[in-house]
Amino acid sequence: MSATVISVLVVSGIGAALAALLVVAERFIANYGDCEITVNREKKLTVAGGRTLLESLSAEKIFIPSACGGRGTCAYCKLKVLDGGGPILPTELPLLDDEERASSVRISCQVKVRNDLAIEIPEELFAVREFRGVVERIRDLTPDMKELRIQLAEPDRIEFVPGQYIQLVAPAYEDNPEPVYRAYSMSNPSSDDGAVELIIRLVPGGICTTWVFTMLKQGDEVEFNGPYGDFRLSESDAEMIWIAGGSGMAPFWSIARHMVENDIRRKCTYFFGALTTKDLFLVDEFREIEKQLPDFRFIPALSNPDQGDAWTGERGLITEVTDKHIQAGTDAEAYLCGSGGMIEAACTVLDAKRIPEERRFYDSFT
Amino acid sequence: MNLGTETVHAIVICFSAAFTGNILLTTFLGMCPFIAVSREVRTAAGLGAAVVFTMTCTCALNWAAYHRVLVPLGLEFFRFVLFIIIIAAFVQFVEMVIERLSMTLYQNLGVFLPLITVNCAILGASLFMVIRDYSFIETVGYGFGSGAGWMLAILAMAGIRKKLATDRIPEGLQGPAITMIIAGLMALAFIGFTGVLQGT
Repeated sequence: MSATVISVLVVSGIGAALAALLVVAERFIANYGDCEITVNREKKLTVAGGRTLLESLSAEKIFIPSACGGRGTCAYCKLKVLDGGGPILPTELPLLDDEERASSVRISCQVKVRNDLAIEIPEELFAVREFRGVVERIRDLTPDMKELRIQLAEPDRIEFVPGQYIQLVAPAYEDNPEPVYRAYSMSNPSSDDGAVELIIRLVPGGICTTWVFTMLKQGDEVEFNGPYGDFRLSESDAEMIWIAGGSGMAPFWSIARHMVENDIRRKCTYFFGALTTKDLFLVDEFREIEKQLPDFRFIPALSNPDQGDAWTGERGLITEVTDKHIQAGTDAEAYLCGSGGMIEAACTVLDAKRIPEERRFYDSFT
Repeated sequence: MNLGTETVHAIVICFSAAFTGNILLTTFLGMCPFIAVSREVRTAAGLGAAVVFTMTCTCALNWAAYHRVLVPLGLEFFRFVLFIIIIAAFVQFVEMVIERLSMTLYQNLGVFLPLITVNCAILGASLFMVIRDYSFIETVGYGFGSGAGWMLAILAMAGIRKKLATDRIPEGLQGPAITMIIAGLMALAFIGFTGVLQGT
């Protein structure tokens, strides 16, 4: 008994003494006062000096991607330090190439905030936030597909580019010991910035989809972060070919409405693949888009229509239908959203049609 | 054992730890930073120096904590926890001091300190010093020697990798893979030192 007490006391005593030493040291030795970080020449943040730039930014809710936990090995947390960063540290050297060294790119988990800094980070990252919202509506699109509309609470606005995605947090529940993040594309246009709409397909045994399908109710509070991703309309006027299957519909439903709202009249053919008529959704809505955009064509295709299906549209795999409709050597850009397998199969078709890699844009479910 | 022979013995232990019993190449401790940070000679030298410094100091501190606190109280089994706490606190503290005192020293040495808190060779050296029942002076010699051996290995590796940068390496072997193979060859080469030092 006494041995247990003594051992606990001794180890906690030593631990406490060392912790106290560190606290005192941090208070007096590593105290650099408040420092100001100027982000992208406009936004100013005041942070307590002494921590790394990565930690300071994350405390200010600016999330820089990082995979190694600040140990300086993954090189994901690169950003530009325009002023006040001091010389490049030897721990950063192996991770930066000559061009990056010359243009003041730094590894933010190695740079310490000891004085005022001026940094530059991509606007997309700057926009990444954590959001809280309330489920406004859950609508069945097909037997295994739901549309989830989340009204934002805090912050109450989201700025995103149609085609981008968010990461929805599925909280811990009975069969899920800890919260997990799952990526879903926004399906609402960016003008509807007080909410996000997601199209979620039931994945049997999937942690997040099971939660959405069996537990989530209207009025529930949910959390997500974002927006992420560079899947979006290109700047050109080129003709477009869209290829999607199942819930790959989501980004295109956002982009199509964005095109209507902004009167973007690029020529576009949208190939959408489903199994049977029961798996089709938003067809009437896209017929409406066709009326509003004269050069927009929506071509749904069923790969496995039931005997009784009175289906007069295209039949076959989405890749076969695409193959039939597009001409070889076209100048069109291809936008693909769906499973890795679907995208791979579609790429074979695009190869045959001689659409080069730089004119293909992907949003792959992986 | 008088102080003179003990010192001689400590020097022998130091050499043995650096060469015949190189902690990295015989026990493969501290492989993670060894592979991650051996791309540039300058960086490797800085990290190596930080390991020498930290290993020497933490071995000495841990020796004192073990023999002056844990042994008298009969709490030897606590050494794992205690050594880890001491190493982490020491590294943090030294980093803060160096950062405040000299930016040059910080850039060349201090910046590596957080990276080696998680270096298992540091903890390994402290645990070996207990198993082998070294005296204080021997422990200091052992800590310094082990650190120097680790530095020697990473410097050699950085040199080799610099040369490899212009060599043609099969795609599947690039990066960590070829580094592991080279580490194995270096370990074989270091076996050549076995028998050079007697009685260790």
